[in-house]
Amino acid sequence: MNQIPALVRVFAYLSILTVGGGMAAFPEMKILTVEVHKWLTFPQLIHLYSVGQMAPGPNMMMIAVIGQWAGGMLGAVAVLIAFFGPTALLAFVVARLWKKLEKWPWRTSIQQGLAPVSIGLLLAGCFTMAKGAIFGVETAAIAVGVLLILQRYKVNPALLVVGSAVLGVFSFMPK
Amino acid sequence: MSETATKLVLRPGADSATAPAEVSIGQIFLEFLIIGATSFGGAVPYLRGSLVTKRHWIDDKEFVEMLSISQSLPGLNATNMAILVGDKLRGALGSIAAIIGICLPGAVLMYVVGMFYRIHGDHDFVTAALKGVAAAAVGLILFTVMGLSKKSLAGKFDFVFMALTVIAVNRLHQSVPRTLVVVGLLAILFHRPSKKQKESATL
Repeated sequence: MNQIPALVRVFAYLSILTVGGGMAAFPEMKILTVEVHKWLTFPQLIHLYSVGQMAPGPNMMMIAVIGQWAGGMLGAVAVLIAFFGPTALLAFVVARLWKKLEKWPWRTSIQQGLAPVSIGLLLAGCFTMAKGAIFGVETAAIAVGVLLILQRYKVNPALLVVGSAVLGVFSFMPK
Repeated sequence: MSETATKLVLRPGADSATAPAEVSIGQIFLEFLIIGATSFGGAVPYLRGSLVTKRHWIDDKEFVEMLSISQSLPGLNATNMAILVGDKLRGALGSIAAIIGICLPGAVLMYVVGMFYRIHGDHDFVTAALKGVAAAAVGLILFTVMGLSKKSLAGKFDFVFMALTVIAVNRLHQSVPRTLVVVGLLAILFHRPSKKQKESATL
């Protein structure tokens, strides 16, 4: 069955949910791609998102893989356009209006009001992901360790992800 | 895309003192392609290093302003920045060149990763490594959340709005758009402009 229309619909919708960052769309992405359309499993979604943190560029490029699995090369391209198109257009239009809105007092109110909500959405996405990714002492220790190291030292986060992969092999490789 | 509109908006930028000499679409694409291929661990610092420090296409003040717009809008910071900078340099075509450039390397890489994962994803070695990687990703997001909280949350009511958002999505299983509209509107109304601000705006 041709999945392209469904892919475009789902990812165009997810696109406008990415307020504050890609993670904000994660709870809804789980429901739509895993539960509704069954393009992949929840562990696969978590793995792809996490591996995506090691790739350069914008950190949601893992969506291309969902498109590929559901609809081949065309599916991957369709997903990328559907996911980045709507917000790109919005940014383009709003940025041009932004200067004109400088005197509009509600502009600051909207920015101040959306800040806590967008942070909340990121956190909600983080919890959704943690439900699948944290399942014992080792994984909890890795998550907390990464957080503490980033807070204390200036390290490239991608390196910590690579290091955690090594820790994962040591902790979870069947003997 | 209307050509005249693009030119009209570009004019004021071209007059400003910091405006660089005309940058070609090819140069924009190439620069963003390089950022897209090298920005491991988050694109924003690389964007600043490349666009402000190396190329002088925008100055630091513009960069901060554009970043603040990018963060307020839906969309990833990196792609929104590409749109804004591309538009500033060469209008709509500049935006398109920039966003394709910054996305292309990561997308191709992940495409290849997806093919490998499909074949080898269930090997013991791979699943073990991925468990570590996924746990690290949780730590990474928490770090981002804490950084943003420190920077943009003001007062205890902002923490209440943040908590309400988390509860609505994770506990009450409300959709993200509904949460965004309901809690967002509450928070915007809470931060509504004071009478004074309104008056000074109309003056």
